[in-house]
Amino acid sequence: MAQYLVLIYENEESWANVDEATYGRIHAEHNDFGKKHGASLRGGNALEPSMTATSIRKNASGEPVTTDGPFAETKEAIGGYYVIEADDLDAALAIAQEVPAKFGGVEVRPIRVMD
Amino acid sequence: MAATIRITHDFDVAEECVQDAFARALASWGEQGIPENPGAWLTTVARRRAIDVGRRRDVAVRAQRFLVLDDAAVGLEILESDLQDDRLRLIFTCCHPSLAIETRVALALRMLCGLSTTEVAKAFLVKESAMAARLTRAKKKIALARIPYRVPERTELRGRTDAVLLVIHLLFTTGHTSPVGENLSEANLVERALDLARMLHGLLPEDAEATSLLALILLTDSRRSARVGAEGEFLALADQDRSKWHRDSIDEGLALVGQSIRRGRPGRFTLMAAIAAVHSSASHWDETDWAEIVGLYDLLLEAWPSPVVALNRAVAVSFAQGPLAGLAAIDELSSDPPLSTYPYLSAARGDCLVRLERFPEAREAFEEAAMLTENGVERDFLRLRISQLN
Repeated sequence: MAQYLVLIYENEESWANVDEATYGRIHAEHNDFGKKHGASLRGGNALEPSMTATSIRKNASGEPVTTDGPFAETKEAIGGYYVIEADDLDAALAIAQEVPAKFGGVEVRPIRVMD
Repeated sequence: MAATIRITHDFDVAEECVQDAFARALASWGEQGIPENPGAWLTTVARRRAIDVGRRRDVAVRAQRFLVLDDAAVGLEILESDLQDDRLRLIFTCCHPSLAIETRVALALRMLCGLSTTEVAKAFLVKESAMAARLTRAKKKIALARIPYRVPERTELRGRTDAVLLVIHLLFTTGHTSPVGENLSEANLVERALDLARMLHGLLPEDAEATSLLALILLTDSRRSARVGAEGEFLALADQDRSKWHRDSIDEGLALVGQSIRRGRPGRFTLMAAIAAVHSSASHWDETDWAEIVGLYDLLLEAWPSPVVALNRAVAVSFAQGPLAGLAAIDELSSDPPLSTYPYLSAARGDCLVRLERFPEAREAFEEAAMLTENGVERDFLRLRISQLN
């Protein structure tokens, strides 16, 4: 067996303007998807919007430089992921800046807590 | 405001409570007179209101918007040390490195200086709706990404304090020479930057760089009324009437620089303040110790390798070693991309060329600078210099 990462890309503006009924429907669809493919699923989460993201790249002298916003992909592409648990953003960033990413950097996105 | 956030765990609710406290103050003080300690009165009313609101709020909504605090129990009792601590927490949250620098400056103005969104928008020459959206986004990120509301640990304090210093310095330079527009200085922004620098120095009295930033602002701003002539025209340092310099600010600034220098290896703001101090200590332009200034710029360039610092160093060289040496140093920099369209580089070239009596080349340089600057008062100054060449 092999493992695959399925990334969900959607228009954030559409999401921000979604009404309650549509939201409920999409939520139910995800539940159905989960039931149908439960045997194959190894995990999954919704993410907070990209404007809550923080990116880290190393500068020329190897110090981590933090910037607001998602990772601007130019020549880089997603090459891996870690899910970490931390008390707050400071703790998360302290760990994230130690992720080896020699040819690019990392983006830290809060995972949405579903109730 | 800072003390109220501790109870609400939410910027927006805290803002509402503080506004509410002010409204109550207007009513109550009108009837009963101003209390002995108006600040404490306001804080207590705002915090009491915050506790009320907190009790009534839907738990689920609260959980989602909570700011991350490391201690939960907060009573109504306010100690001066708590207040100071809250103010520091607010500074470090608003100036968190995961927020864009413009956002940090806007948040600082709104949350720390109490400017309205309209005023913040005006300071940045953007539409109010755009500024409101930016502030809302920032507050949302603080809540959703869990940017903590606390003073950083000692090990990370240096880097995080530097981020705060940058915000205050940017605020000051934006006000000191507004990059666009017709007024040379936006006094309001300068005052706010001075307030913040004073606040930070008061909260971190042992921090040499925080001390130096306050000194730098005091020394630079002491020349405010001498920088503009009778007709609102810009006056260069060489042409300023130094008797118009604000003596009290200079004395305070010099004393602060003295403290910082004694604290060992100087950082970026200490070196900048030391350079400003050399100018402030000269009673005439001709008495300026240029060799000392070049030496300080050499150290600054090491601590902060930036093309703008390199240009200022080159200008200092032109006074310490003559215009030919200065011109050589400037021309060495002109191929640097960020400087190739920098109006101050062309203006500095023009100045060296005038002193070398190479007038046609000087005129060309000043014309280039006038084309590049977006500040009306500076443009008039450059036009004046061009007309003097005729």
